[in-house]
Parts: sequence; C-alpha cells; structure tokens
Amino acid sequence: MRECENGRRRFLQRALAAGSALVLAGCERLSRSEWFTGVLGSAEKLNFGVQRLLLPRKAMAQEFTEADLSPDFRSNGTRDPDDPAYQALAADRFVDYRLRVGGLVAQPRAYSLDALKALPSRTQITRHDCVEGWSAIGKWKGVPLARILEAVTPLPSARYVVFYCADSMEASGTRYYESIDMEDAWHVQTLLAYELNDAPLPIKNGAPIRLRVERQLGYKMAKYVMRIELVDRLDTIAGGKGGYWEDRGYEWYAGI
Amino acid sequence: MPTSEQADGADTIVYRRHAWPIRLMHWINVVAFAVLLMSGLQIFNAFPALHWGKSSYTGEAPLLRIGARLDADGKAVGVTRIFGRDFETTGVLGVSAGADGAPTVRGFPAWITLPGEQWLAMARRWHLFFAWVLVVNGLLYLGYTLASGHLARDLLPDRADWRGFGQSLKDHLLFRRPAGEAERRYNVLQKLAYLAVIFVLFPLVVVMGLAMSPALNALLPGWVDVVGGRQSARTLHFVLAWMLVAFVFIHVFELVVSGFWNKLRAMVTGRYRLEGDRDA
Repeated sequence: MRECENGRRRFLQRALAAGSALVLAGCERLSRSEWFTGVLGSAEKLNFGVQRLLLPRKAMAQEFTEADLSPDFRSNGTRDPDDPAYQALAADRFVDYRLRVGGLVAQPRAYSLDALKALPSRTQITRHDCVEGWSAIGKWKGVPLARILEAVTPLPSARYVVFYCADSMEASGTRYYESIDMEDAWHVQTLLAYELNDAPLPIKNGAPIRLRVERQLGYKMAKYVMRIELVDRLDTIAGGKGGYWEDRGYEWYAGI
Repeated sequence: MPTSEQADGADTIVYRRHAWPIRLMHWINVVAFAVLLMSGLQIFNAFPALHWGKSSYTGEAPLLRIGARLDADGKAVGVTRIFGRDFETTGVLGVSAGADGAPTVRGFPAWITLPGEQWLAMARRWHLFFAWVLVVNGLLYLGYTLASGHLARDLLPDRADWRGFGQSLKDHLLFRRPAGEAERRYNVLQKLAYLAVIFVLFPLVVVMGLAMSPALNALLPGWVDVVGGRQSARTLHFVLAWMLVAFVFIHVFELVVSGFWNKLRAMVTGRYRLEGDRDA
C-alpha cells in the first residue's frame, strides 16, 4: 500500500512538472492557431453585444473639468507623418487641406479646415484611455461627426464610417485607417477635433483633424484624418478587419 | 459535507468530501485565474506603471514603475521604483531573458506572462475571453453554493467557530492540524479566508477590471471616481490580483502541511481519507 502510494506520488510530481511545461508550450501554440484565436475572439462579440445592450444609445462618456487636464497630452503611435504630401500640407498650415467625405452618401462633399471650423462645434473635456493602459485627459473642440453626416446624407445601406489617414505605418506605405458603426458615428461626443486644450491640434496629436470616439479605446480615434467613406462592409478594405490595429489582432470593438 | 462513506482498514474512513460541481468549478477557476493572471501581466507590460487618480498624466509620480536604464558599460539594468524608491531588479523585473535568452527590456519576465513574448493584442484576447469564463463560473458557483446549502453548512462560521477563533489562530501558528472528525469541517480561519476570496477579492477584481472599460464608464459617468478614478481602478485591479495570488500560495501551503495528496485527491475525485483518531 505505502509503496504503491510513493510510486504514485513520484509519478504525479513528474507529471505536474512536465504538465506545466507542456501547458505553457501549448498556450504558445494556441496563440498562433487560427481556430483557437477565433474561439478567444468570440469574447469580443459577447462584449460588444452585452455593452450595447446595457448602454443607452446616447449614454455620454464622462466629462471632466479644467482642473483634471493632463499637463501634456501624450502622443502615441505616429508623432509626425513623414509622407511628403502631408509634410507639404503641414508646411502650409493646412490651407490646402480638404477632408473628402464620400462612399454610400447622397451628396459627397469636401471641406477645407476653415469650412469645418465654420460649422457648429462642440467642446468636451474627456479621458483618453489607451489600450496599453494609460489615460490622459484633454479638452477637445471640433465638429460633431453628426453635422457632417447630416450634410452628406448617408444612404440606408451605409453601416460603417471609415477614416483614412495620412500617416504611413510601415515602409511599405500601409496607412492608418479606422472604422466605427453608425451608432457611434451619430453620437453627440463623436467629433472631428481640430483643437486640443484651446490651441490648434498639434501635429503630434493628429493635426489637422483627429477623430474622438469617447466610449472606446484610443486606437479607434484616428489621427491625421484625410478622407471619410461610408460603407456597408469592412471585409473588402485593407486587411478586412476594419482598422490598422484590427488587422493586426486588436478588437474592432474597443469598448473594453 | 456529503456523507457517503466507506470503511477502509481499521480506523480509516473514506468519504466524499467535495461534490462534483464544486470540484469542476474549482478547477475551471484554477485555469481561468492562471490565464487571467499571466495575460494580465502581459497587458501590464504594455505600460508598466501604476498611477493613482483619473489619468496617468496628472503631474504626480507613479506609485510603481518598472523600467530599465543603461549602466556605465551600456548594459541594461532593470529598475523597479516603488513609492519613489529605486530597486535593482535585473533578471526578474525591468530586464529579463527574452525568447532567445538575451536580456530584454520588459516589465514582468516571459515565464510569467501569456503569451511569453511582448504581444498585447493576443494577451487581451486571452484575458477578455477567460474573464467571461471566470465570471460565468463564479456566478454558477454562487448559485450552487446557495441552492445546495454548501454556503450555510460549510462556509459560514457558526457560534462555535467564533468562540474557537483564538484556538484556531494558535493551531495555525503552531502548524497543528485537526485530527479525526474535526478534519471534516473547515476551521474558522479557513472559512473566513474562503469567504473573503469568494465575496470580496474576486468580485472586486472583476469590478475594477470593468471600471477600466471606457464604454461601461458611460453607463453612469463618474462611477469609477468612487475609487479615485480609472487609473486608481487599474492599480487596485493589479493589487487585488496579487492578493489572490497570495491566497493561492497560502492555500497550497496549508494543503502541503495538512496532507497534500489526500486533499488534492479530494478535490479531483472527491474521495478523502479520514484516518482514525491519532495524536496531532
């Protein structure tokens, strides 16, 4: 009885050590297998479904006071797009900038920076939550995207708004892009921001225009927005996942 | 506790200590917590600092920062700063062996993160999936423990437990373990530890996780300020996770000193061997 017990113990101990090494190696394999990352990815649909169910369409992200402002609003990702076309625009203080809005709309339009500034604006002090874990609080002024949508009149088939940006992310020239659905697009706090902390939006934070989608994480809020397109599907654009980081494994729905 | 039992030798009784739903949920929780801890540390590595307040850029220094600096020879040195004091932590925190074995600048080392290499997107996938596993499993456990009477019968301390509090504390400090029939019941410190883990630490760590969601912040704008703000919630999420790790260590230690294989078997097959009366 005792001997049998000892043998079993030794076996179990070895099995435990070998097991934990196997489990770790297994996890690494699983992280690279398509079916398993698909299983893990199902949590995104669950989070999206549950959060949309819990959250009223018009629920507002928290707004703060001037006392909460971060002394310097951190810049992440691209700090200064080196694309010649962008550099030329920036050198001229964006006077030749045109925001083109098209796709599934009744009336495609183009806006100069002054034209955008002439539209009714909204100012909000909100917290920017980066997927990495940090937060910064900034005061944004810009045109609610809803004003632009009203002007271009989306077709009933439009389901997403795609933002094409000026910054190349890689030597290959792949540019940043992002997308949101119509519910977030019409939200009051969704802005095309041109001011940060009462000054023109700095280049490091996305001049001349950056998107604010306050109920999602920072990577949704594309900087250097050049073109907006309304579409009915995302799988035909770039990597097919609806954004530069989404094409690299991040969730399209970044509400958590 | 369940009472189906059989005699096994002279003074030894084998009985079913844990019902199968408890055993199953215990092991699901072990897997989910391990994945959440390791993927959580990988997520932490993307911004290896902890702040207090509404944002990370309030002008205040972080409470904790894990970083690296170059020494005179140009070699990377891991530096962990806690409450303004620096500690050299090369090899574990700040600088540790990467996939190829070479020193790499990273917060927590590869052997405790999931995935091992720096990979935030994949860590989030593991974390957000197993968070659901943990929460659903936890809710099922709560339902079962209430419906089956497990909570009232085995976990809530009764009058006798409270009276024996001092004795139980002394027994623990002297590593004295109960023998015979007393082994069938959880002691009062054990009960309180389990209750704290089930009803305080796990719910709080989940809520502090949800507090970091920008969408859920809009549910009731400002609710996260109850704990000091989003960055405070992130700090608490981290601290609570390590408190749970501390519990795991104590839990396993107590198993080791009180009959590891017997208790482990009881949580796997349910069978627990109760030796006859003997000197403790």
